Amino acid sequence: MMGPDEVDVTDERGRSMQLELTAEDQEFREEMRKFFTTEVSEEIRQAVIEGRELSKEQIVESQQTLNKAGLAVPHWPEEWGGRGWSELQRHIWHEEMQRAGVPTPLAFNASMIGPVIAQFGTEEQKARFLPQTASLDIWWSQGFSEPDAGSDLASLRTTAVRDGDDWVVNGQKTWTTLGQYGDWIFTLVRTDPEVKKQAGISMLLIDMTSPGLEVRPIQLIDGGHEVNEVWFEDVRVPAENMLGEINSGWTQAKFLLGNERVGVAPVGATKRNLSRAKDLAKETSDGNDGTLLDDPLVRARIVELENELLALELTALRVVAHSAGGEPHPASSVLKLRGTELQQAVSELLVDLAGPASVASGAGDGSDLASWARTVTPNYLNLRKASIYGGSNEIQRQIISRSILGL
Amino acid sequence: MDFTYDDEQVALRDAVRGLVGKAYNDYEHRRQIVGEDPGFDEEQWSRLAEMGVLGLPFCEDDGGVGAGPVEIGIVCQELGRTIAPEPFLASVVLAGGLVSAAGTAEQRGEVLGALSAGDSVLAFAHDEPGRRWGPTAQKVTATQDGDSWALTGVKEPVLHGARADVLVVSAALPDGGTGLFLVAGDADGLAREGYSTYDGGRAARVALDGTAATPLGEAGADLTATIATVQDITRIMAGNQSLGAMQTLLKATTDYLKSRKQFGVTLNTFQALTFRAADMYTSLELTHSLVDWSTMVIAAGSPEEVAAAAARASLQVSRGGRHVGQEAIQLHGGIAMTAEYNVGMFVAHLTALDHLLGDGNHQVGVLSTKVGDYELIDPLDV
Repeated sequence: MMGPDEVDVTDERGRSMQLELTAEDQEFREEMRKFFTTEVSEEIRQAVIEGRELSKEQIVESQQTLNKAGLAVPHWPEEWGGRGWSELQRHIWHEEMQRAGVPTPLAFNASMIGPVIAQFGTEEQKARFLPQTASLDIWWSQGFSEPDAGSDLASLRTTAVRDGDDWVVNGQKTWTTLGQYGDWIFTLVRTDPEVKKQAGISMLLIDMTSPGLEVRPIQLIDGGHEVNEVWFEDVRVPAENMLGEINSGWTQAKFLLGNERVGVAPVGATKRNLSRAKDLAKETSDGNDGTLLDDPLVRARIVELENELLALELTALRVVAHSAGGEPHPASSVLKLRGTELQQAVSELLVDLAGPASVASGAGDGSDLASWARTVTPNYLNLRKASIYGGSNEIQRQIISRSILGL
Repeated sequence: MDFTYDDEQVALRDAVRGLVGKAYNDYEHRRQIVGEDPGFDEEQWSRLAEMGVLGLPFCEDDGGVGAGPVEIGIVCQELGRTIAPEPFLASVVLAGGLVSAAGTAEQRGEVLGALSAGDSVLAFAHDEPGRRWGPTAQKVTATQDGDSWALTGVKEPVLHGARADVLVVSAALPDGGTGLFLVAGDADGLAREGYSTYDGGRAARVALDGTAATPLGEAGADLTATIATVQDITRIMAGNQSLGAMQTLLKATTDYLKSRKQFGVTLNTFQALTFRAADMYTSLELTHSLVDWSTMVIAAGSPEEVAAAAARASLQVSRGGRHVGQEAIQLHGGIAMTAEYNVGMFVAHLTALDHLLGDGNHQVGVLSTKVGDYELIDPLDV
């Protein structure tokens, strides 16, 4: 008969089409969960869970805790701190970290420049930068976007001109996230203006204390200072700080952006936020005798979001299970698109749950309003960025329609 | 954890795809078949039996093959890819599933043996006018006289109810609860009026008037929970069938965008259209993930977990299926409104599957009652 008691015939045939993790992966998951919930500062995790801004010191402390345990850069080459994990283990590591409210390792270091240096750097560059990149003793900033080079990154205009043993850099970068904390900035510069735009770009590693380099804050719609402009005026960069060959920067940039899209769907964090929304709805009065979770419309909205997140998480698992040793699963391109949409939708739900209190973003400790209700709107506004960065969601649709559907 | 088919599953998929595709890749052939009663090809039904497909879910002692949910899902996906009209879902998965779950050994051997051999078509007579989706019967009632049972009332719509050789009928029991009964297609006091449905399927009004019936399994036992579980499994298999149809719709749409010319260029020149196709792909992949997962939950989960997974899969299939279907018609334009082109009929069939056992909003209602009872969903913890 077919039913819940049915013996799974696939069990006899190996591991096709089944949900259960292997004992090894199960143990791995327990190990990760235990570490993240017991070894990383409770105060930092609580701040992440409640959506509060972290200080530079907290971000560094958290990454150093991970790095000491070999959990900051597991995807790097093993020689430089990588762990040789399976794709599934990396997925579990990433999900459990988010679920516990552990800040994920600084993306500029761990996901972006680290793997690029490991792949394209000289031995001197690797030895000089990689250990400090993993430990966040160097805080990297990203110098890619310019005022006239957003999605069309290759049209960038910041120049580097050779002068003796140095490159002399002039121009302007923008949207440099947390550039105010940056020690070094990996920067795409134009080294040959005469050729096709992609062919004249190089990547320079630039010390942000260099004379002529200036970081100027950009205030955002959430009231915070998260991104910056970085100006270069005759900044001298030693020639040994070019990463990769001259005029090969577009290759490194594509490699970096390809890595950026992996793990860009913050499923674990969005699940945690939705679960929190449910708790908050349960403890927030509807103004009468009930709570917000008694409202059938609120319940229905949560059900729909949970289901869409479940579909996304399962898609991520399908991709992970598929990519063991092969080409990336085509469905990976939906992860960024859908992941950011759901991240935004949950942040929007929280604003609506906060109701009239959501306006009180500037209220201090003397406020009678719940503290969560005062932070949700800035978060919602801040997260509008998610469908713009990392290859805007329209770029993702372009990738799907061209590369997957052949349109 | 694994989301890939093994060699045997791939072989099953290819075999069914070959058999079904040979018949129905030519859409005109489907039109001809569904244009005449019984609305499917009896010879194709026999070929499916010969391949072992009709006995796939049933254990070998009952004349079946004893395959698992993944294999049944593969068959449903392949039937969905061509919207093959043979009543595998209604007859084998749903009606046969009920006999398998509730019947005595003798009933299973007889009814499922004939079904597996392609000698018999079953139908589940359950829906009643004026009622919504659910596992219970109210308006058709069962009465007992000694060892004899009789049923009275109207069932409608009953998928393939006019053609069925044997009906599995749900009825309100004298002492409460819902029982299941076998009723022969030629029983006295049984009036059947069959008609076509908008997707080329068949349904019937089945009127029972003191009609003799044999209790399925133990006489007088309340089988509400059994019906609910078999309906849940059928929801998941309907999701597999819908997934197959959605795959064909996306393929048809992208092929059309690449070939159809307007303003002197092919339609894929227009980003307004290609972005919508990209969103169709996203809906399709998300649906694929939930359908695969829910299919695996059947083997791994408790009845409660299967029920939740079925509701979740149905919700996603409903949302995704409507999105992909509606966009497929819009991106094709007028051609998809015509009966001779396949896209519109695929959308019609998706609509029928969507309303077979509860549409998306119905599932939201079901899931809403429990949404405050758990912290978050862990799809691997089943």
